[in-house]
Amino acid sequence: MDATTPLLEVEGLKVEFKTRRGIAKVLEGVTFNLEPGKTLGIVGESGCGKSMTALSIMRLVPIPPGRISAGSIRLKGEDLLQASEKRMRQVRGKDISMIFQEPMTSLNPVYSIGDQIAETVRVHEGLSRRAAFDRAVEMLKAVNIPAAEKRVNEFPHQMSGGMRQRVMIAMALACRPSVLIADEPTTALDVTVQAQVFDLLKELQEKTGTTIILITHDMGAIAEMADRVMVMYAGRAAEEATTEQILTAPKHPYTQGLIACVPHMADKPPPERPPLTEIPGVVPALTDLGSGCSFAPRCPHAMDHCHSQMPQPQELGGGHRVACWLYQEGAVA
Amino acid sequence: MADTEAPPTPMDDTEPVRIEHPVVEFLRMYLRNWAAIAGFLMFMAIVFAALFAPALLQRDPFEMVWMPFSPPGKDGYLLGTDNLGRDLLIAVIYGARATLAVGASAAGITIFIGITIGSLAGYYRGWVDEVLMRITEFFQVLPPLLLAMVLVSLFSPTLPTVAIAIGVVSWTGVARLARAEFMRIRELEFVKAARSIGSRDRRIIWRVILPNALPPLIVNAALTVGVAILFEAALSFLGLSDPNVMSWGKLIGDNRDYLLDAPWTVTMPGVAIFLTVLSVSLIGDGLNDAFNPRLRER
Repeated sequence: MDATTPLLEVEGLKVEFKTRRGIAKVLEGVTFNLEPGKTLGIVGESGCGKSMTALSIMRLVPIPPGRISAGSIRLKGEDLLQASEKRMRQVRGKDISMIFQEPMTSLNPVYSIGDQIAETVRVHEGLSRRAAFDRAVEMLKAVNIPAAEKRVNEFPHQMSGGMRQRVMIAMALACRPSVLIADEPTTALDVTVQAQVFDLLKELQEKTGTTIILITHDMGAIAEMADRVMVMYAGRAAEEATTEQILTAPKHPYTQGLIACVPHMADKPPPERPPLTEIPGVVPALTDLGSGCSFAPRCPHAMDHCHSQMPQPQELGGGHRVACWLYQEGAVA
Repeated sequence: MADTEAPPTPMDDTEPVRIEHPVVEFLRMYLRNWAAIAGFLMFMAIVFAALFAPALLQRDPFEMVWMPFSPPGKDGYLLGTDNLGRDLLIAVIYGARATLAVGASAAGITIFIGITIGSLAGYYRGWVDEVLMRITEFFQVLPPLLLAMVLVSLFSPTLPTVAIAIGVVSWTGVARLARAEFMRIRELEFVKAARSIGSRDRRIIWRVILPNALPPLIVNAALTVGVAILFEAALSFLGLSDPNVMSWGKLIGDNRDYLLDAPWTVTMPGVAIFLTVLSVSLIGDGLNDAFNPRLRER
């Protein structure tokens, strides 16, 4: 496969959830491509559909109440939404794997970490107990856990949060998947440990060529890790561009707001230090999205037709796409 | 006041925190409870008697050895004799076999049915849950002793029938407990993680969730043994047990008419039942305390 062929193509993905208050449109036509060996960052506030995008790719959306109502997810050309459950079990862990936000609860407390890493290998490669266990040790070494031969027999409660997240990464990468989805992998960790985990992910990516989808709300993590960024808002991609474009020249008012919200290290105490910025308002309830742009109620640049019509994604050149009336041809900027 | 305070001890980072293996920790917690130790030793003694008495004593518990109603201690019979002149000591020791066998296998059946129904209901939820819970409720509203009596009467009154009958009427509590645990644990992240590495449902239910749901179920199982023993006693007291097998309930049933004239004939097996159920309950309580993390640091 040459470098420009997308490894994973997500097109027009729509996911709905049946709730007591009506149908929640959790994803409303998400489209993106993954280039092999690169990192795509997905950012946005809580509830904007980041994690749901990840779960949809794994086909782990809880059904019911959830439903993937439209779109396609093609992994090396194969549409995963049409695949059988049996095929999906092969894909999970082998082609696409995932690490979760909470390293404290994402390991099973009753098994040793070696057993848990070996489990992945045994499910997919049918290795013997012994061989799978050797692989577990090898993976622990790969994620820089000291004294791997000894620690492989330890239980999750004997490890720190950072160590557990390393174990999760070892588990996720044990079968050398082509795509790794990291759903807020460092949110629950100390800042110093966060940096270690990112360094480890980058190191492993360089070694194995794994493609990473990094889901986060931390712009710092994006700057550190991502090659491309998709900014999501209320189940849609608001803007998608290279990391540099997003960080230096954000187009969508939401992206601009997110970046403005990042606190800076100030050398002066208040009142000289500028107060923290915030985006006024909250993410709208997904059950009653109007016909207009869902960000319009919070947008400082909102115009009349923003409230009545949804802007479509617009290519601005250089792979920079944005869904905002400010940049639509013919619209008054 | 401030200057009298001792300076805070610096944290010693070089000293590794000693962490116990979960099994070791569990044993330590269990052994802290003297009542639980007593219960365990008592139960082991009863089990020992049941297992090895026949080989060591080589007696027939039904044999008429002396005149009826000889009081305890008289004529060399420690617990006296019953209405048919049988040695009560021998009868009680042999009776432990049937009682424990029925108690344990009934508890096993209870746990098996309960965990199967409860785990499927709690894991799959939706219509599976609805159907299984309606069935559970159906069994819950039937009076258990009556249902067990009907079952034993319908089929032959043998020990396996009695064990199955007791199991069939008492699994509902375990099922509800297992269901609740499964509903809680299935939402935890490591279950999601197991799914994300491609584990199938069967594996997630039995290998991932069940081991985490076991502690309360084990406690329940221990207590179920006690309940099953009482059930067996009640059934054989009513004459609904194997007449060819000596059991405590049967001894009480056979001698109930002589309760006032020869009280020991009924109290001796009664005390045996009491001690057995007590020991099992103490074990259950000990397990509960040892499993319950909130009580750990006391």
